[in-house]
Amino acid sequence: MTSAATGYGSPPNPDIDVDIEKKASLSRAVDVGFVRLTLALAGFAGIILIWVILQTTEAALPAIQQFGLGFLVTTRWNPVENIYGVLPQIYGSLVTSLVALIFAIPLGIGTAIFLTEGFAPKWVTAPIGFAVELIVAIPSVVLGLWGIFVLIPAVRPIFRAINQTLGWIPFLGGPAPRGPSLLIVAVVLGIMISPIIISITRSTFESLPRSLKEGALALGATRWETLLTVMIPAGLSGIVSSIMLALGRALGETMVAAMLSGNANRINISLMQPGSTITGLIASQFGEAGRLQVSALMYAGVVLMVLTLLVNIVAEIIIRKFQNLEQ
Amino acid sequence: MSDSAQLAPEKVDIDITRAAIAPVRNYTGIVLTLLSGLSVAVIIASLSWVLWDVGKEGIQRINWDVLTQTRYPAPGLAEGGFGHAIVGNLMVLATGAALSFPFGILAAVYLSEFGRGTRLAYLVKFSCNVLTGVPAILCGLFAYAVVVRGSGFSAFSGGVAFGVLMLPIVLRSTEEALLLVSPDMRLASLGLGSTRFQTTMRVVLPAAAPAIVTGLILALARAAGEAAPLLFTAFNNNFWSTDLFGPVATLPVMVYFFSIIPYRVQQQLAWAGALVLLATVLAASLIARFLVYKTRK
Repeated sequence: MTSAATGYGSPPNPDIDVDIEKKASLSRAVDVGFVRLTLALAGFAGIILIWVILQTTEAALPAIQQFGLGFLVTTRWNPVENIYGVLPQIYGSLVTSLVALIFAIPLGIGTAIFLTEGFAPKWVTAPIGFAVELIVAIPSVVLGLWGIFVLIPAVRPIFRAINQTLGWIPFLGGPAPRGPSLLIVAVVLGIMISPIIISITRSTFESLPRSLKEGALALGATRWETLLTVMIPAGLSGIVSSIMLALGRALGETMVAAMLSGNANRINISLMQPGSTITGLIASQFGEAGRLQVSALMYAGVVLMVLTLLVNIVAEIIIRKFQNLEQ
Repeated sequence: MSDSAQLAPEKVDIDITRAAIAPVRNYTGIVLTLLSGLSVAVIIASLSWVLWDVGKEGIQRINWDVLTQTRYPAPGLAEGGFGHAIVGNLMVLATGAALSFPFGILAAVYLSEFGRGTRLAYLVKFSCNVLTGVPAILCGLFAYAVVVRGSGFSAFSGGVAFGVLMLPIVLRSTEEALLLVSPDMRLASLGLGSTRFQTTMRVVLPAAAPAIVTGLILALARAAGEAAPLLFTAFNNNFWSTDLFGPVATLPVMVYFFSIIPYRVQQQLAWAGALVLLATVLAASLIARFLVYKTRK
């Protein structure tokens, strides 16, 4: 469109002064060069993702060759004997992320509904929307610090009470909890990821046609019946993709897991006992790792990458589908 | 006739009160409303709880010495601060910005100005969206594999990790900013005989500048608090260093290391560092928000 509008490629007029022609050809060269530069950089930006995948996998190759897929299903992590397996960390990552979602989904959808469906005047919802944005801005290492010195001491008595009365439930059993555990990681992760669910669910609700809601209300449905039977089903793909993105974020969050999980290399069925995640393992061990250990940690990184890429691509596909339906 | 006239209104009355909004439907609504209010309360309470503690603990321990001393205290000693970590942090951020800003902005120019609707544009957007979801720690592993394995821990390698982290944010926000510029402005400029280069540089980019700057600030703010990718790139340094190709201290890594060791002095530094980080990141969000507000007006 642009080239047609400006007439690039039209033959130079022989009557025009030579000087001007030179100038014109220079500015044309600059112009073409500029477009090619942006094209090259766009191509490069597209390649970065593949580069990240290839480099990490290449660095993980020694461990991949040595341990194969057994790496994924064995539980030993022993730098002294150079034997590595990440099953406890895969378990920890999945469990903390799923429990975090159990906290974040109702919190996120509840808040999104409160913010969009007119339960409060704008001077109430606007500051709440701002507060939600601020949660995203809090560095995870600050949340980890706060977790160690404030949250863990605060919940320890509660954990112990629950453990004493409901300890017969496997998820809450084990010795008296000291605080660092997969559950505490999940709680903090839940707070961290709810803003993702809130903001996407919110914009989904706002983008739904007004006539949908008005129709349901006109048929005599109450506000909540409209929400549950019309709005949420209509916005379901947006909500699901927000949950997928939140899941991806929870799987990849590092500092909270490294600081609050207790970094115990074993599978504990009880959520109140220490555990470990893939990210926490990498963060806590990389600094003083030997050669094969670095490679094993890279392998763990590749596992994490596969998990998060799957989750993100699914979310991306859902979003695309949703956009197509809208148009 | 009089009988039916008496009966009819009575029936209608019952219908409206019982059926239109039956008590069950009403109570369910009230309960759900309370639950959604409760979720808002939980969100607000957890945010205020964190802000309160970081503010309270941090403000007690922060002072001029802590901000300007250029070496961490040795274990058991009290003398020291994190001035060098602030400088190191800025070096890593500046490197990340130098790598990601030109790339991100110019790639976005291609997507919105020249390559709209092309297969390449679709692929770039798709891979950028996926890259946004790649955990920060993997950006660190990438920088380790590319830079650190060859030349050791360095501020530069931290910058590479941040560059990868920031690139998709810069690209996407710039593209959105450019798409908001009215097509009429481009046509007017091209109609006056400008080249595409001149149109982009003198008309489109200036018009989108506030929104682009907002995106850049948010990208910086996102990276500023990240510790994970720095653990094995910029690593750590207990002393002053401005060597771009040597390890440097950074605030997030300091907060991490000092929160998990049992010394009071170091823990106090961790709180002070957390306050500095939080204040910086919140200030950046506020500035970005203000810019958005101003451009919308």
